[in-house]
Amino acid sequence: MRHNVGLRKLGRTSSHRMALLRNLTTSLFRHERLRTTLPKAKEMRPFAERLITIARRDDLHARRQVLRHITDKEVVKKLFGTLAPRFASRPGGYTRTLKLGPRNGDGADMAIVELVGSEPVFKKQKDEKQTRRERKAAARAKAEAEAAAAEDAAGGGAPEQDDAEPDEPKGEPKPGRKKKDD
Amino acid sequence: MPNPKRRHSRARRDKRRAHDALSRPSLSNCPNCHEAKLPHRVCPHCGQYKGREVIEVGEV
Repeated sequence: MRHNVGLRKLGRTSSHRMALLRNLTTSLFRHERLRTTLPKAKEMRPFAERLITIARRDDLHARRQVLRHITDKEVVKKLFGTLAPRFASRPGGYTRTLKLGPRNGDGADMAIVELVGSEPVFKKQKDEKQTRRERKAAARAKAEAEAAAAEDAAGGGAPEQDDAEPDEPKGEPKPGRKKKDD
Repeated sequence: MPNPKRRHSRARRDKRRAHDALSRPSLSNCPNCHEAKLPHRVCPHCGQYKGREVIEVGEV
C-alpha cells in the first residue's frame, strides 16, 4: 500500500503539472538558477536531479530519455556537455534550495533553486547585469544631454518649454524603466 | 431554519476567542548585518545566506 506517499498537486491537472515541472527544469538547466515558490521548488528537485543522473550516463539512450522531458535541444546539449560532467563524482544532491520567505502580494513562500557549483555562472550573470545597467544609464544621460542641447539650440522663448517637456518623458525614462523590471 | 434562541454573552464570546491568539514569528539575527530575519531564510536586508551566498541585490 502506498499510504502516506504524497506529492503536491500544485492545483493543476496532471498534464499541466507535468508541463510545469518540465518548464521549470528546462529553465533551471538553461539559467542554472531560478526563483519560484517553495512547494514548486520542492516538487521539481527530484525531477530535475533524476534527469541529471540520467545525463551522467552520457549515451544515446540517456539522451533520448532526457529529450522526453526537455524539448530544447540546446539545453540538452548543455546538460550533457557541461552540467553532467560537473556532477560526475557527486552522488546526487545536484541542486540547492535557498528559502526566501513570503512573497509580497500573496504571501507565498518563495525559494531560489540553483545548481550546485554554478557560483561562477551567477557571478558572470550578475556582472553582465551590472554592465547592462551602466550602459543604459550612460545612454540615458547622453540622450538627456542631447535633448538639453537641442533645447538650447532651439533658442529662448515660450514654445521651447512646451516642446521639450512632453518629449522627455516619452523618449527616455519609459524604455529604461521597462527594462529595469526585467 | 434553526436559529439561535439567545444572544451569546460577552463572556461566552470571549471564552470562545481565548485560544485565537496569534503567535509571534520566531526571528533570528542575520550573522552578516545583524538585522532580525526569519530563521533558515536568506536575509532580506543584506541578501546573504550562510556567509558567502550573496543573493539578490537588496536594492532595486
